[in-house]
Amino acid sequence: MSAVDITFFINAAVAIFAGWRVFVTDSMVRASFFLLISFLAVGVIMLLLAAVYLGVALFFMMAVEMMVMALFMVMFMMNPAGLNPMKMVHQEKVAIGVGVVVFAALSAVAVFGEFPSRPVPEGLQPVVSLGHELLGKSMLVFESAGVTLLATMIAVVMLTSHRGRYGDANHGSQPPGLEPGGDPADKPEETEEGGHHHHHHHHH
Amino acid sequence: MTLTTLLIVAAALIGIGIYGTLSQQSFVMLMMGLELIVNGAMLAAVSFWALSAAGAPEGQLLTIVAMAVMAIEMAMGFALVVAVFRAKQADTTEALDGLKH
Repeated sequence: MSAVDITFFINAAVAIFAGWRVFVTDSMVRASFFLLISFLAVGVIMLLLAAVYLGVALFFMMAVEMMVMALFMVMFMMNPAGLNPMKMVHQEKVAIGVGVVVFAALSAVAVFGEFPSRPVPEGLQPVVSLGHELLGKSMLVFESAGVTLLATMIAVVMLTSHRGRYGDANHGSQPPGLEPGGDPADKPEETEEGGHHHHHHHHH
Repeated sequence: MTLTTLLIVAAALIGIGIYGTLSQQSFVMLMMGLELIVNGAMLAAVSFWALSAAGAPEGQLLTIVAMAVMAIEMAMGFALVVAVFRAKQADTTEALDGLKH
């Protein structure tokens, strides 16, 4: 067994174990750090596979992403500091069953599938070839991903800020009528007059 | 470290992620399940690139796209969690069991 194999099996075990611990730990902050450990172990496996750029990019990206995630976990934490047991699950048996079936099916593909054995040729520089691909033939794909990320940033700001420069987002706006030219389908409550029966069912 | 063992590891990560996505009640924990699924998919893509595709650069490109998908999923997920919490004080999926009217 070579050193590469030993490193691979250790990191594979760490990745799977940490991925499982994400959903059984009591603290949601600890859950996000377990997910970080799982990603880092996968990053090491990518380095073993000579995908240098991707492995290192995964390190940096996940380190930052999981710090942000830990902050959100504190905001939405179910129990203080994870000191109480937490098990917030629904349909758990179904979920376990589907997870096992998916694992078995994908593993069957891995074991019984016939894939060509064509390893990375000697002398291939993975980073150089990735750079030529990103800024050459596949530039459109790469740039589309970039523009999609920009659109995501704009959408995220729009979703999370409930006020614009001139007040609330829905201030003064009226929904269209159910038939052309008819009453608005749902008037704001303060402009509603008595005797005019609308179907309002507000559940709080 | 063969393609088979690598793909089995990826399958385990995807299976755990699917369990988490289907079973967790908290929105943020549900998103961690989605992240694990993408994690497994990226590992499988890199494995195929390294051992079965003769180092074709498109394999690395696919992984980069998966990383972008993961970043977008997390940003949009957190924005939606914040928006839903502001509107309904809801932070679990069960709290959103009704339509608006």
